[in-house]
Amino acid sequence: MAEKHDGPGGAGRDTGEWAERKLRFAGVSDREVKRVYRPEDIAGLDYARDLGDPGEYPFTRGVYPTMYRGRLWTMRQFAGFGTAEETNARFKYLLQTGQTGLSIAFDMPTLLGYDSDHPFANGEVGKLGVAIDSLRDFEILMDGIPLDKVSTSMTINPPASIMLAMYLVVAEQQGVGWDQVSGTIQNDILKDYIAQKTYIYPPEPSVRLIVDTIEFCTRHVPKWNTISISGYHIREAGATAAQELAFTLADGMYYVEAAMARGLDVDEFAPRLSFFFDVHNDFFEEIAKFRAARRLWARIMREKYGAKNPRSWMLRTHAQTAGVSLTAQQPENNIVRVAIQALAAVLGGTQSLHTNSYDEALALPTEEAVRIALRTQQIIAEETGVANTIDPLAGSYYVESLTNQLEEEAQAYFRKIEALGGVVKAIEKGFFQREIADSAYRFQRRLKSGDYVVVGVNKYADPNEKVRTKILKINPEVQRRQIERVREVRARRDPARAQKALAELRKASQSSENLMPYILECVRAYCTEGEIAGVWREVWGEWREEAIY
Amino acid sequence: MDRKIRVLVAKLGLDAHDRGAKVIARAYRDAGFEVIYTGLYQRPEQVAEAAIQEDVDVVAISSLAGAHNTLIPELIRHLREQGADDVLVLAGGVIPEDDIPFLKEQGVAGIFGPGSDLDEIIEFTRQNVRRV
Repeated sequence: MAEKHDGPGGAGRDTGEWAERKLRFAGVSDREVKRVYRPEDIAGLDYARDLGDPGEYPFTRGVYPTMYRGRLWTMRQFAGFGTAEETNARFKYLLQTGQTGLSIAFDMPTLLGYDSDHPFANGEVGKLGVAIDSLRDFEILMDGIPLDKVSTSMTINPPASIMLAMYLVVAEQQGVGWDQVSGTIQNDILKDYIAQKTYIYPPEPSVRLIVDTIEFCTRHVPKWNTISISGYHIREAGATAAQELAFTLADGMYYVEAAMARGLDVDEFAPRLSFFFDVHNDFFEEIAKFRAARRLWARIMREKYGAKNPRSWMLRTHAQTAGVSLTAQQPENNIVRVAIQALAAVLGGTQSLHTNSYDEALALPTEEAVRIALRTQQIIAEETGVANTIDPLAGSYYVESLTNQLEEEAQAYFRKIEALGGVVKAIEKGFFQREIADSAYRFQRRLKSGDYVVVGVNKYADPNEKVRTKILKINPEVQRRQIERVREVRARRDPARAQKALAELRKASQSSENLMPYILECVRAYCTEGEIAGVWREVWGEWREEAIY
Repeated sequence: MDRKIRVLVAKLGLDAHDRGAKVIARAYRDAGFEVIYTGLYQRPEQVAEAAIQEDVDVVAISSLAGAHNTLIPELIRHLREQGADDVLVLAGGVIPEDDIPFLKEQGVAGIFGPGSDLDEIIEFTRQNVRRV
């Protein structure tokens, strides 16, 4: 569809001398971009109402008044593989390299509540993260790491409450009070039904577990971020930036409502909610996404839920560069992609950032690749000057207009979800899954047609390329050692105490009591993760989805 | 009579990264194949059983979690034990170069890494599928 030609600098398409390279310009999300943006694109933008200074409602320009001039973002590289010993050594290496927070990656059996000796775990122990079966593994994992000094993020969902309990018991062993420990559990089950698919139980009991942790931490672990409402996996599964933004905030609203339904005052728990976004290649769209997310959330919390504490209005977020954007072809190019994505996250005003390693399309990262990824953040922080002033792109016709556009698109999705009967109903109807599968497929077709260029893959490919990147291998011994350890733990513990703890957990699970105290007792009694998650498998059953593609 | 080629797209084990599986399932469908997608969390024996029950010509495994060296050979063993040794087995996803010779030895006919061209995978499938 041709737009009106309105002269040089306008949005029309010249022919002849000023012919453009393409008929249509669009980024990763396939959003059409105009030749140039002008004041009329942000007509009606009111500084105080729509932007506000950093640290002021609606926080479009950043949640804190000083942002990176006060403190740089947390450089939180995600790590974990093999056994607790190996991951502990990697953590110590990262802390020594200048990383300021830990982030634990668990292996698939741990994420899904299976012990390492379960038949389903065969071949997967220690592969995508560290294997944790019992408190014994957690003690080794955190050995020599002072839990009052380091904050830890744990990427886990259905068994998040179990890992949190293990963390709290290790803190006790170190003599660190629960009011001293800080960190985040991902604990976002809705995005699992929508995209990541590491669910175990049906939605209702799963959300109850999450609200239990919110309630428990509100009372006993005040510095803990009880949930990281995650768009990352939604995006990686194929969503566009607008879908990522909309679905994530819709999930956030669902949790807020669930916690309020439990009887918690919104201002009691909202300041401890955090978010997690992806950062893809479309530089300005990504920056706008963070800005729109903050403004939307602030308005939702204040206007829709009546939160009064300004901290409840603030959307604080972790960001990760887009794993899905990395290529197996010419893997060194990924270093550049990651740097640009990281820069977008910083200009977007993230509170914490993980930069991916360039070899991730090939296998788990090597130490060298992890170091380059971390150095990328340090170079942005220390050498480029972008952290010297806050939200430098504010007022840009393009960035403000994109911010507005993303906000409107998200609101349109909120209305659609509402019309479907809310987030859980929309999940049950396959709405999100279908939207994401459609976007993923459309993107794949754009790659194929060359409409979207990936350097080194569908353009500038090297037909003679041989992949020669060093890759990390997980020793097959890991599984054998891990199985030995979990069996030893079961043999050595006080069997009566363990059985009693599990029986009481079962009883409480059938009631509506908060489960955290029961989980803590199971953990102290060295019940394994598989045993605890197994109680719930029996009581609540497992969730199976219709496979939509 | 020409029968459509039947493909079973499967995810094995606990690996829940299903974007690739869904994209390839849809690409096969758009290319005129009959497609069955297993969904997540399938054991090798379940996939073999489904392949036999559905009488498929092709089993396409998508793997991103690194368990391919354990689970794919197990699947092939189950297929062979049940007499379905002419089913074309393909694998795609994050599979390190070093593992390819082993998987081929085990009977995987084609392995497609990240960034593979969908049409190439479809063409390979057409060329190598058993002829009815």
